[in-house]
Amino acid sequence: MYSAIVFLPLIGFLIAGLFGRMIGSKASEYITSGLLIVAAILSWIAFFSVGFTDAPPQHVTILRWINSGTLDVNWMIRVDTLTVVMLVVVNTVSSLVHVYSIGYMHHDPHRPRFFAYLSLFTFAMLTLVTADNLLQMFFGWEGVGLASYLLIGFWYQKPSANAAAIKAFVVNRVGDFGFALGIFGVFYLFNSIDLDTVFANAHAFVEGEHSEPVLDFLGYQLDAHGAMTALCLLLFMGAMGKSAQFLLHTWLPDAMEGPTPVSALIHAATMVTAGVFMVARLSPLFELSHTALTFVTFIGATTAFFAATVGLVQNDIKRVIAYSTCSQLGYMFVALGVGAYSVGIFHLFTHAFFKALLFLGAGSVIHAVSDEQDMRKMGGLRKHIPVTYWMMIIGTLALTGFPLTAGYFSKDAIIESAFVGHNSFALYGFWLTVAAAALTSFYSWRLAFMTFHGKPRAPVDVMKHVHESPYVMTVPLMILAAGALFAGLIFSGVFIGEGYGEFWRTSLFTSSENHVLHDMHDVPTWVKFAPLVMMIGGFALAWLFYIRSPETPKRLAERHEGLYKFLLNKWYFDELYDAIFVRPAMWVGRQLWKKGDGATIDGLGPDGIAARVQNVTTWVVRLQTGYIYHYAFAMLIGVAALVTWSMFGGGSAH
Amino acid sequence: MSWPILSTITFLPLVGVLFILLVRGEEESAKENIRRVSLITTVFTFVVSLIIWINFDTQSPGFQFEERADWLGGNITYRMGVDGISMLFVILTTFLMPFCILASWRSIENRVKEYMIAFLVLETLMIGVFCALDLVVFYVFFEGGLIPMFLIIGVWGGKRRVYASYKFFLYTLLGSVLMLIAIMAMYWNAGTTDIPTLLAHSFPAEMQTWLWIAFFASFAVKMPMWPVHTWLPDAHVEAPTAGSVILAGILLKMGGYGFLRFSLPMFPIASDLFAPFIFTLSVVAIIYTSLVALAQEDIKKLIAYSSVAHMGYVTMGIFTMTEQGVQGGIFQMLSHGIVSGALFLCVGVIYDRMHTREIDAYGGLVNRMPAYAVAFMIFTMANVGLPGTSGFVGEFLTLIGAFKVNTWVALFATSGVILSAAYALYLYRRVIFGVIDKESLKSILDLSVRERVILVPLVVLTIFFGFYPAPVFDVTQASVDQLIQNYQAALDTAQQTASLAH
Repeated sequence: MYSAIVFLPLIGFLIAGLFGRMIGSKASEYITSGLLIVAAILSWIAFFSVGFTDAPPQHVTILRWINSGTLDVNWMIRVDTLTVVMLVVVNTVSSLVHVYSIGYMHHDPHRPRFFAYLSLFTFAMLTLVTADNLLQMFFGWEGVGLASYLLIGFWYQKPSANAAAIKAFVVNRVGDFGFALGIFGVFYLFNSIDLDTVFANAHAFVEGEHSEPVLDFLGYQLDAHGAMTALCLLLFMGAMGKSAQFLLHTWLPDAMEGPTPVSALIHAATMVTAGVFMVARLSPLFELSHTALTFVTFIGATTAFFAATVGLVQNDIKRVIAYSTCSQLGYMFVALGVGAYSVGIFHLFTHAFFKALLFLGAGSVIHAVSDEQDMRKMGGLRKHIPVTYWMMIIGTLALTGFPLTAGYFSKDAIIESAFVGHNSFALYGFWLTVAAAALTSFYSWRLAFMTFHGKPRAPVDVMKHVHESPYVMTVPLMILAAGALFAGLIFSGVFIGEGYGEFWRTSLFTSSENHVLHDMHDVPTWVKFAPLVMMIGGFALAWLFYIRSPETPKRLAERHEGLYKFLLNKWYFDELYDAIFVRPAMWVGRQLWKKGDGATIDGLGPDGIAARVQNVTTWVVRLQTGYIYHYAFAMLIGVAALVTWSMFGGGSAH
Repeated sequence: MSWPILSTITFLPLVGVLFILLVRGEEESAKENIRRVSLITTVFTFVVSLIIWINFDTQSPGFQFEERADWLGGNITYRMGVDGISMLFVILTTFLMPFCILASWRSIENRVKEYMIAFLVLETLMIGVFCALDLVVFYVFFEGGLIPMFLIIGVWGGKRRVYASYKFFLYTLLGSVLMLIAIMAMYWNAGTTDIPTLLAHSFPAEMQTWLWIAFFASFAVKMPMWPVHTWLPDAHVEAPTAGSVILAGILLKMGGYGFLRFSLPMFPIASDLFAPFIFTLSVVAIIYTSLVALAQEDIKKLIAYSSVAHMGYVTMGIFTMTEQGVQGGIFQMLSHGIVSGALFLCVGVIYDRMHTREIDAYGGLVNRMPAYAVAFMIFTMANVGLPGTSGFVGEFLTLIGAFKVNTWVALFATSGVILSAAYALYLYRRVIFGVIDKESLKSILDLSVRERVILVPLVVLTIFFGFYPAPVFDVTQASVDQLIQNYQAALDTAQQTASLAH
């Protein structure tokens, strides 16, 4: 069954990819979506049979992969609670996105290619979450990167889409650079990259030897603790790239160039959460390095706040949600950083529902207003597309943490866990996530109000065509809405509550000193209510700005123009990176080529020698007919000399 | 003695040459016949060569399928044999040749006869390099292979072909002369040019250094390593497509093979001494040439520079002398043979149509050539080292080997994965993506049947070895184990001697 879950999307990809043009768009759509729905149903079965029984973790070996000396890596499927949670998230959202895309991509001539890519992505993501060793995880990691690259650049005629695709791939590679070094380090220290072997030895490794240097990393003699910290930080660099965390976040907003279902699947619900999954999966390692966890908290909290501030002023409907995703991923890392792994994964789980819902809802809006994405040209759509409107409201409620919706359980749990966390940045995490909660509420409601309320700002001919999406698009929205409303209520008990231990068992590791999950139930009342207050504040302000007196935000922006520009331009990260990385790299490349290769090496080498011997032209003219023979001749003389010498001289020496 | 299979494979192409010589006339039918004969010869050679893979004993670390015959008065013998390190290079050579013939089917119209003869002779010489078990025989094949290559570039090359071949000539000459002197010195010291005997012979430490430098001069140019790499972009740019495939696919591998066959096992003390030097050059090559590739305006030049970067991983890997590093280096060479060969074939496809290699002359090809875009994408990704393609396996193993030896080396070399993604995808975007707005491209045709026949097997292999590289590692494992053991043993002995002397 587990093999079927992983390989059904691959089969879909192969059929749609290889024979898509032969069997036509309709068949490609139905085959890939059908296979994905089957995989999703099987995932839920696996979820209940692994999560709610005491079945031990399972390993399915598929094939040998790389065996070289002590390095022994196989293709394997590992199934434990963490895996099945991810299987459910990935396959559920993916199958809904497949179905939704049948409607959304209706007019596109390249549908077989689109569905093939979606299925390829799903396959890569599944190999990532079922990985039993770091290398297979890396395979899935880069595989989803490839699928993301292909899907962002799906409309390859758009220059902006191509630029965004390359940016996504290269920035992710920066993260992968760290991830790869982390894998090398793990192999160096443990002589294996199988998760079980590494986890089994990690604790003894750190506890066992002290002060003796075990790793010479860039000239630093690191002891066991230091080495573990270095490894975790390197691995976390990969997570920062994939999950678009502060400093490596710049690709995610640009990735919105891809079709909207892609944004929902890859850039909201699944791929970008791979970093969170990775840290949780490697909790037996991270738990051993206090420093690394502190850093995780710091980065997560910074991202949560930073992305939310940028989200306040964006006008592109998808970019607002993209920054929101970035910010929510920051929340998850805060939870991981304070040691509340299950809380982070729980937020990943609920977030997948409401964020996919918001994106697909935004897609439905964009579909309705003839591919317009600028919210300044929307407004007043509530009456025209009521189903989409209500679904978006549910998504917004869940995202902002309205009581009893999914976000309420998971997000508040993160804020509480940050409050009781022990590392030195836990309180930093607490205050920034609380502040970000207000910002989240503001930008979410701003989005809802600008899009659906007020007077229509779209041109008349666009407004004439506004229409509700077909069922094939709205039904997935409703299913996701059900998840956004009830996933928290139903599952909070087992994910982060009483049933915690029996549900996760060995798939998440918490050391014996880690009591965060226990402590977070005893936080002061004001901490419990802080997120709620923030949410109401954000809502009120958004209502004031965008319903009550729409002139206020403009005046505010004018009065604080510097700050407004700073936020609108995303803290100028793109400009900064362009100035310190992209352009210098191109410049250095040209210099090395012209000055290094051309002037120096060739100038001193072949060209220089030739110039000294003779005028190059006459040289060349003369050589044109004869030089090969010269060369052959020189060689033959050499061989002849050697042979003669060996026969007469060398032979007699012995 | 059983049937001399290695000599059969080596000289089979010459039988094809004989048949071609029998064809008379200049008319189209004669050319067609010559092409057919060449294709049949190369395919047949490939099929025969598979026999050695099938019958290869993966448990044995030593040489197999050995043959020997007296030659030149008994001091120099004609001796052939393959082990786990060399065997797959023979297969790679025979495998790539039919593609070269097919790629030249339409693009070479004048002097077809001479062209095909040059290629078949080249095949014989290249196979000979990997099979030779005598230094002199090796040297003859090694240097002899350059002559047909010169002719191919010089006669059927582009506009600046003379400059390119002359540059190659200057670089290679220096290396060959030094190597020849070193071979003489080795003979003088060990009394034989027999490779298996030399492998067991230990040269004095002082002498090892000089011999190592002499061999290095030759192999470094061949690799090519930075800073003696500048002949390669020029040679690639001027060579016809099939010439580039052979150059990148096989000739570059002779440097790496030379290091593994001679430098490391015969001069272990010197190799250990010079390893940091090799690491430095490798890392510089990876970063430097990747940056240079970023700035290229010519498709072939860009791929040529990326080849230099990839060869940087090979030299780095094999000089770590770890199991992973050496095996990774060998795998990287084999994979690069397939992938870079395929990339040059891809360039050839559009060059045949448009007769330009300028990146700016293209753009939006995917609109007219979807099948081509897919093939080019797969090879681009393999070049970038995406897991699941053969390009990843070698890169990963060499890096993991490097990490064991020196983390700085691993750190800098790993940064190559970022740069390779940048230059490869930037190239792909400029050539393939976008709108077709150039008038000349609006009627361009997608892959023909012949071109599909060429590219599909390469696509399949690239992906197959990405997911299941085990067949290669099974072959190389035993020989690499032995190589490393002997190397360590030699170093240990040297250390004991040194400590005794004090």
